Amino acid sequence: MSEGTLYDKVWERHKVADLPNGQDQLFIGLHLVHEVTSPQAFGMLRERDMEVAFPDRTVATTDHIVPTTSEGRERPLADERAEEMLTHLERNTEDAGIRFFGLDDDRQGIAHVVGPELGFVQPGMTVVCGDSHTSTHGAFGAIGMGIGTSQIRDVFATGSISADKKAVRRVEITGELGDGVGAKDVILHVIRELGVDGGVGHVYEYGGEAIRSLDMEGRLAVCNMSIEGGARAGYINPDETTYEYLEGRGFAPEGEAFEERKEYWESIRSDEDAEYDDVVEVDADGLAPQVSWGTNPEQVVGVDEPVPEPAETRDPEAAETAQAHTEVTPGETMAEHEVDVAFLGTCTNGRVADFREAARVLAGRAVDDDVRALAVPGSGTVKRTLEAEGIHRVFKDAGFQWREAGCSMCLAMNDDALEGDEVCASSSNRNYVGRQGSTEGRTHLMSPAMVAAAAVEGAVTDVREFDTADEVGSGSGSPVADAEVDG
Amino acid sequence: MSDDAPVADDRSDEPREGTAVPAIRRVAGTGVPIRGDDIDTDQILPARFLKAVTFDDMGEYAFYDQRRDDEGTLNDHPLNEFQGANVLAVNDNFGCGSSREHAPQGLMRWGVEAIVGESFAEIFQDNCKSLGIATLAVDHEDAVDLQDFIEATPDAGIEVDVREETVQYDGKTVEGEVPDAMREALLEGIWDTTAVMRTNLDRAKAVNDSLPYTDD
Repeated sequence: MSEGTLYDKVWERHKVADLPNGQDQLFIGLHLVHEVTSPQAFGMLRERDMEVAFPDRTVATTDHIVPTTSEGRERPLADERAEEMLTHLERNTEDAGIRFFGLDDDRQGIAHVVGPELGFVQPGMTVVCGDSHTSTHGAFGAIGMGIGTSQIRDVFATGSISADKKAVRRVEITGELGDGVGAKDVILHVIRELGVDGGVGHVYEYGGEAIRSLDMEGRLAVCNMSIEGGARAGYINPDETTYEYLEGRGFAPEGEAFEERKEYWESIRSDEDAEYDDVVEVDADGLAPQVSWGTNPEQVVGVDEPVPEPAETRDPEAAETAQAHTEVTPGETMAEHEVDVAFLGTCTNGRVADFREAARVLAGRAVDDDVRALAVPGSGTVKRTLEAEGIHRVFKDAGFQWREAGCSMCLAMNDDALEGDEVCASSSNRNYVGRQGSTEGRTHLMSPAMVAAAAVEGAVTDVREFDTADEVGSGSGSPVADAEVDG
Repeated sequence: MSDDAPVADDRSDEPREGTAVPAIRRVAGTGVPIRGDDIDTDQILPARFLKAVTFDDMGEYAFYDQRRDDEGTLNDHPLNEFQGANVLAVNDNFGCGSSREHAPQGLMRWGVEAIVGESFAEIFQDNCKSLGIATLAVDHEDAVDLQDFIEATPDAGIEVDVREETVQYDGKTVEGEVPDAMREALLEGIWDTTAVMRTNLDRAKAVNDSLPYTDD
């Protein structure tokens, strides 16, 4: 059993009771809500004549089903079922007194982008959402966990979930990242090393030189994909990078309160002599940009490495099926593999820093004529910040469609979908068959910089071979400096 | 029908006092095998069918794409071939990916009451617990043997015993593991945790008040 880790400390602070089923009742400090997984839970509450117990600890946004064109967002939405879901969320949040960032609010966006950037998510919290990528919030040193709809009902009714404490695995990532290589490459590499089921039963504590050097956007991307590695939660101990990011965000404490709060944040960091259930080391020194070749997120190679023979993989049968689907050839590299679509955005890589990274590659270049390219900011705040800096012009000039915020082509619950057997260079998190809306579609996961390079070349390309702009836009923007917040 | 005809389910109809749900000690019936590791919830329930404000229709959408050929007609997918089964036999890391409860809801509404497999993704398993679907983790060889058995004798009876953490078929008893909390919850009929946690609401409020960040 672990002892003295952040996970142990935060768990202890939030434990309400021992339950008869042997689990702990754990208090939830922040419940993020969206339109797809909540209406059934609100329905269950009504059936039981219960009310939301902690509306102040609850924040809602709409992201999964929303159109990303400005015309498409006029009400009622053209898709009747999407309109119904949105209407339910509007009514449910109003009835329950839950703060809601809807389509008429310019801070609307993906729950896992909005929560952090507005200062709702802070170190030492427990965060849940009916979405598996709630692991994202571990980037602050919070425990973020995805939950199902029946558990959402539990949180609405009791502010708690019934949960088992997991084993804590320290994932020590050593080495220095080179130019053109970042957080997305690190986490794809970790999943490749530890497997898509490697984290089952565990929470990952990421640490080491390569993690410390990441900015908050990078840390959010790493923790975001913990779930792809089978770990329901992954976190990074808070440090000055965390505190600097939080300072000035609308719903974070200010002034003296901020300094006081920092004492709590410091107190929940894992102790120097903390005990872990397991420690693994992953070497990221000199790591190449990573690209997925298959249909699950451990089927990944460096862009300059050959795609493995099925027999060399953990699951040869699955690898063979995957390679037939993606039409990649073992022995060849992913470089020069042609793409039809370039997709930038999502809860993994839809933040200001991600678009800056892509823009540095795109500046002065054009998207290949045969490539359909979408840039979908993770939130209205992200979009306005990039527009204030003039970075949106880099995307528009290059030939990217500049869209409104939402989950978009990550899971294609709106009109943004792959068609037929299109091949997509994607900054998203899942390359499952059919994930991007077409059962024949092919998804290759990669970093925002690599997506930009693929868009320009019409094929997967090692971004390290590109001369990139030192700086794009005015470079002044803080994502919240312009955002009106009424915390 | 083979000699191993399914025995009746041991789901008691009477909820225990103070709970809204019945206890589940055993699930008996026939099997349906779905082979493959790392089957994700996007395969189990494709995202385009999540656009509904209730779970009522999810049974129709379980493995929707995999159950159809290119022309949209039903193929020989196990969910088409083994209609009426209630014990699903799977392999490693079943239900990985998205947290969508629609996935186990779809399987449950199709008819699944218990799942035997090598391992289960965590959120999926939690969702099964919330819905009263028993999951039994067994060794790789046992999972494959059960799948082979079901394919060879589709009508043969299979029984998952939650209390004993076993699956019985073909005259043998294979030991496995039901997570402790799921086992207790199913046996005691308290797998719906809302009511029991609601009794601790004052304590939850006290935790809320004790946390440094809740007065923002």
